Amino acid sequence: MKKEKVDVLVVGGGAGGIAGAISASRYGVKTLLIEREDRVGGVLNQCIHNGFGVLVYGEELTGPEFLFKLLEESKGDFEVRSGETVLRILKDEKVVITVSKRGITCYEVGALVVATGARERPFSTLMIPGPRVSGIYTAGVVQKMVNIYNRLPGKKAMVLGSGDIGLIMARRLKLEGVDVLGVIEIKDEVGGSLRNFVQCLRDFEIPLLTKHTISKVHGNGRIKGVTVVEVDENFKPIDGSGKFFEIDTLVVSVGLIPQNQILEGLVEFDPINGGPVVDDLQRTNIEWIFSAGNSIAIHDLVDFVYEEGVVAGRNAARLALGERLPRRKLKLVRGKNIGVMVPNYLTGDENRVKMYMRVRKTMEGGELRVQGGRVRKYNFKVRPGQMLDVVLDVGRLSFPTGERIESCEVEFHEDRASR
Amino acid sequence: MKLRIAVIGAGIVGSLISRELSKYDLELHLIEKNPDVGWGTTKANSAIIHAGYDDPPGTMRARFCVLGNELYGELSRELDFDFRRIGSHVVAFTEEEMEILEDLMDRGMKNGVQNLRILDREELLSMEPNLNPSVKASLWAPSAGITEPWEVAISAVENAMENGLNLHLNERVLEISVERGKVRRVKTNKGEYDVDIVINCAGVHADDIAKMAGAEPFDILPRKGEYILLDEDAHVVNSIIFPTPTKKSKGILILPTIDGGTLLGPTAEDLPKSKKDDLETTKDGIERIKRACLKLVPSLNFSRVLKTFAGMRAETKKMDFIIGKTKVWGFINVAGMRSPGLTAAPAIAKYVVEKIIQEDLGVGLERKKNFKPFRKRIPHIENYGLEEWEEVVKKDPRFGKMVCFCNKVSEGEIVEAIKRGARTLDGVKFRTKAGFGKCQGGFCTLRILEIMSRELGIPIEEIKLNNDEASMMNGKVRE
Repeated sequence: MKKEKVDVLVVGGGAGGIAGAISASRYGVKTLLIEREDRVGGVLNQCIHNGFGVLVYGEELTGPEFLFKLLEESKGDFEVRSGETVLRILKDEKVVITVSKRGITCYEVGALVVATGARERPFSTLMIPGPRVSGIYTAGVVQKMVNIYNRLPGKKAMVLGSGDIGLIMARRLKLEGVDVLGVIEIKDEVGGSLRNFVQCLRDFEIPLLTKHTISKVHGNGRIKGVTVVEVDENFKPIDGSGKFFEIDTLVVSVGLIPQNQILEGLVEFDPINGGPVVDDLQRTNIEWIFSAGNSIAIHDLVDFVYEEGVVAGRNAARLALGERLPRRKLKLVRGKNIGVMVPNYLTGDENRVKMYMRVRKTMEGGELRVQGGRVRKYNFKVRPGQMLDVVLDVGRLSFPTGERIESCEVEFHEDRASR
Repeated sequence: MKLRIAVIGAGIVGSLISRELSKYDLELHLIEKNPDVGWGTTKANSAIIHAGYDDPPGTMRARFCVLGNELYGELSRELDFDFRRIGSHVVAFTEEEMEILEDLMDRGMKNGVQNLRILDREELLSMEPNLNPSVKASLWAPSAGITEPWEVAISAVENAMENGLNLHLNERVLEISVERGKVRRVKTNKGEYDVDIVINCAGVHADDIAKMAGAEPFDILPRKGEYILLDEDAHVVNSIIFPTPTKKSKGILILPTIDGGTLLGPTAEDLPKSKKDDLETTKDGIERIKRACLKLVPSLNFSRVLKTFAGMRAETKKMDFIIGKTKVWGFINVAGMRSPGLTAAPAIAKYVVEKIIQEDLGVGLERKKNFKPFRKRIPHIENYGLEEWEEVVKKDPRFGKMVCFCNKVSEGEIVEAIKRGARTLDGVKFRTKAGFGKCQGGFCTLRILEIMSRELGIPIEEIKLNNDEASMMNGKVRE
């Protein structure tokens, strides 16, 4: 068993992890990034559509282009080891144990940044009746199959769920000659961004079936079709609304789930975000463990993930250099219509803190308030499918004196005037 | 000339009989219509090694269940599969049900089950704190256990092959020839085998095989059971929880799986004979499981569902196993293997070889001197210490490269599964548990197919999920 000392260990070689490693290594600390796949980049490698990097690089890049820029930024500043998987994290010893073709390695670390991304919700968890058949894939798997493996999943497809990857894969398959019969969405509006709805479905004349779901899968060996039903406002199928669609491929895009098994049982979790509770330093409740990107909550833009990675890497480096990081002072609590929200705590360390959140319900417009004060006014429709990012002027908030942590409400108020 | 025996069906029973026969000097064939071992009833059942109090004394079910249960400990050590005696509770909610517990206990004692005990509410709840607090009592059977049925079948066949078994996969039996009242030949879609003895272990299709041989007819009544599997975070119960049984079945139960998940089910739906291969889950079945399990554990969290699936059991009219010789000399039935078939299988294997073949048919078998009783499972990191695994990786670095991240399955394990006979994605999954975790293959499916393509030297798009119809891809995007 090899033993190694590292100042900042970054786990996960996607956008968040690479940004974190770049940011940490700028402080001159020994930084190591480990990636479990054969190469870094994570999902960027398979996202050959554009829309990446508008906030970070000021231009619209494809996933691989964004990755290329990131790697250019990082040249030689830190070591990368791929094909290495975390087995255990020892909280008290500040030790991370990994396995790779080189064997077992025991890292003694100054700080750890976990940027392990997300996974897709599997079709099987939906409990949709039918036989077990092939030809049902999550959208990310189809994307990898088509873009990396150069293989098509089938000839006639439907997409279940209108999340961004689902919309993008509907278009991708159509472009490659697959007959895409439609995208099925149980809610009354598209799940992904409006931009993707327009550019992927409308422009390619792919129907979106809102308020519909699949009530049964048909097939023997391979999927041969699905029964699609209309649902009522409680998502219950309406009797007699079933319609059979003959397909040989079902692409499933029914949500992403933060992936963070290596932190389970170790750090405090936020059940709504589905990931670790973090403060504005991207630090978990364990002093030396930081986390960023989709492993703490599902973000819409890679740029957001990058930004969090930068913050996590910077503060991990500060800690590794022996700096005493400020403690949590304000606890951000969800008020009216706030769902996913990052961060969960403020330390007051920085004057301007970037916050990311989602509303629970669609609203025509309104304003975001923190501690009763207006942070931003929205003159447009806000939907759960779209993550809101705001810069919080921390200097305007009142912080508690002394040791205690005070609650600070974050709420989204519907703007009546704009209705 | 060596005695020639063909076993039809590589489920749990056929596999264990083959392994038992591989201890003797003979020409042995195991014929299976599926592409792999253990893909019928063996693949989808409750995975319970029952204590043996359910069936009436005197039945073959009762007798072989108790005997089989006792054999599992040693068998699991020889064949290196997972088996844990976690015990079972039959829980009662009413006075009437409590009386049934007493009857079950009586029956169990008559059947020879050891250490049965009726627990009061307090003791039961201290062992199973998530149970519905309105429970009144339970029948506690510490000898009940759980295993991984397909792993038992695979391990038995691997061991039997090391001892000379000829395994024939993808072979469907078409004809069984009988000459002068004796079984003579088995014809399949791929070839013909001259035989002296045929053992019918064809599961839900055993009645069709018996008919082919012209043996006394019987009917297998297919009974479908649906299940819900919860992920490893659910932590619902510590042991097997049965409701008080009805005449038809042991009811819908809750139990931990060997992997740490939680299994709910099965339903019991009698189907017509034409629907023996209907493994569809149904809305009604899933709802029924939910309702029944919520009565046992009201706090059940269905957001932890990993998947649903269905299995087929082979029920018979006489409500017992059909085991024994027939009017066709050399043709032996081992049929109707519904619960407790899994539990009973090791004892049935011994019975078939020692009693039916050697005594009833009077065929002397000679033991091999060089029989190798032990089989080793595929190395897996979670069964090793870190220092030990370091040594494994040193010998073959592919064991350091993780492919399935949820279950920590390495490339070395995938390669080894292929070496041991996996030819389909399911073949790899069932041997290694890659793709059985929370992401259900989201990260590893394509990586496994890539490794299979490389190791088997076939294009990636030709690999199937399980059977020939179950293609995974449709050609290249561009040349």
